[in-house]
Amino acid sequence: MAEVSNHFLEVKKIDSFYSQIQALEGVDLYIDKGEIVTLIGSNGAGKSTTLKSISGQVRPKNGSIIFDGQEISKFQAHKTALLGIAQVPEGRRIFPRLTVRENLQIGAFSVKDKHVIAERMERVFNYFPRLKERLNQKGGTMSGGEQQMLAIGRALMMKPKLLMLDEPSMGLAPIIVEQIFDIIKEMNEEGMTILLVEQNAYQALQIADRGYVIQTGQIVLDGNGDELMKNEQVRAAYLA
Amino acid sequence: MLAHIIQNLPQVLIDGLTLGVVYAVVAIGYTMVYGILELINFAHGDVFMTGAFMGAIVLFLLMGMGFLAALPAILVFIIVIVIAAIATGLLGVGIERVAYRPLRKKNAPKLIALITSIGISFVLEDLVRFIAELKTGNYIVTAPPMFNHKFTLNLHSALPFFNNATFQSSFLLVLIVTIIMLIALDLFVNKTKWGMAMRAVAQDRDTASLMTINVNRVISVTFFIGSALGGATGVLFMIQYGTIDPYIGFVLGIKAFTAAVLGGIGNIRGAMFGGVMLGLLEMFAASNLSIITHGAMGAEYKDVFAFIILILVLIFKPEGLFGKAVVEKV
Repeated sequence: MAEVSNHFLEVKKIDSFYSQIQALEGVDLYIDKGEIVTLIGSNGAGKSTTLKSISGQVRPKNGSIIFDGQEISKFQAHKTALLGIAQVPEGRRIFPRLTVRENLQIGAFSVKDKHVIAERMERVFNYFPRLKERLNQKGGTMSGGEQQMLAIGRALMMKPKLLMLDEPSMGLAPIIVEQIFDIIKEMNEEGMTILLVEQNAYQALQIADRGYVIQTGQIVLDGNGDELMKNEQVRAAYLA
Repeated sequence: MLAHIIQNLPQVLIDGLTLGVVYAVVAIGYTMVYGILELINFAHGDVFMTGAFMGAIVLFLLMGMGFLAALPAILVFIIVIVIAAIATGLLGVGIERVAYRPLRKKNAPKLIALITSIGISFVLEDLVRFIAELKTGNYIVTAPPMFNHKFTLNLHSALPFFNNATFQSSFLLVLIVTIIMLIALDLFVNKTKWGMAMRAVAQDRDTASLMTINVNRVISVTFFIGSALGGATGVLFMIQYGTIDPYIGFVLGIKAFTAAVLGGIGNIRGAMFGGVMLGLLEMFAASNLSIITHGAMGAEYKDVFAFIILILVLIFKPEGLFGKAVVEKV
């Protein structure tokens, strides 16, 4: 049965499990090209699992995931990445004993042309000039904010069609969070399609076109950013 | 007593270095696999042994076809070591596919993989023994002598406090070939794209897969390289020491593992250093234990000496000389 979708990415009724425990129950969502969509919810609601199901780190038991017209729910993670879905994982997950340069190079692992890699690196430096000063430093020795920049830069080295960010604000000072969100917004304005997972609902809804609210593995609300921001339930649960 | 020890020093250095570089290359096989899978692959010593036997098989085949007399020895040696290295490399990849990958897929506890590796170790030993006995009626195989020209270093006339030292031309061969292997591996790991992928997989397997890296392929490449180096070292061992049997991999493997722990398991340069260190210390012990203890302990205690080092390292610096203390993530 060939699945069809009119959206750039469509997640249809997926159930995902961690060994015996069900983490997602019939999750439905979609993203259109050029959109920035946020998925908000509290700790353990299933935000990360949703991202991991899309990127292939978790294999959904039921349901389907269609990206650019292709069913990808059974793909291994590196195959999904080759299609152009980049994930900036929760907690940044920089390679601590690789240098900043190597961390960026590894983002472009599938690219053979050295000029293309250099070009992409320059683009990353446009967003994050600080990384250029730290090229030969080991990733693990940088501050949290710098690591987040490196994690995003590393994902950009793939030149992804869809960029998924998992809690980019986690553990960072408010001023750094501000910077990171500005850059996310900027990348989106330049055409990048973005799926943003956040606990920081206020900031996420501010820059998002649309949003979904996830609770104990189920999508309970969806709407555009302003609507959700005004919604009583959302205000009580996530913006108070 | 000190005069005695100094007299023997040149010979100790030559013999210790020969043994040490062998340990170093085998230790790399342990440390690479540990770095990437956190698995102590106890079968690795037997992969080394299988390499020695594969080298012997190729050597006897070449001899049977008359090439041994017709071709220059160095050419024969290159043919033998390359074929044996490729064959053991593939053996390593096969072992990983058949024995370890299925366990990984099922998320089996690491202890299961460890026990499996001990099982593979026995399988290899008995398989090689079976084939060797079938072919030659004896599982102890003596290789045709090669590179056995003897040299004497006339140190005594110039430096009277040293004795003369002797070595075979195979000593130079072992030293040169292992050093080439060690440098090539170091360059591969630190300077190439696949080496970088290997380091990335060792540091964070899940995230590496998000970077379009096929983790299983990197693991296969790791096993190929580690096993090929081990097999090539088996060939060197056969040429240097002449006689091989299916059990040479056991004690040598444990010692190479000791060397890897000594240098900090997971650390490739540490394993190289640990191997050379251990070889030198062991030969020093073999040569001097009976002098130091006034005959109470002889050279046969050198193995005890090696393992005392392991125990001391584990007590006082469990992360090894070059390892970093691992903080358990909560």
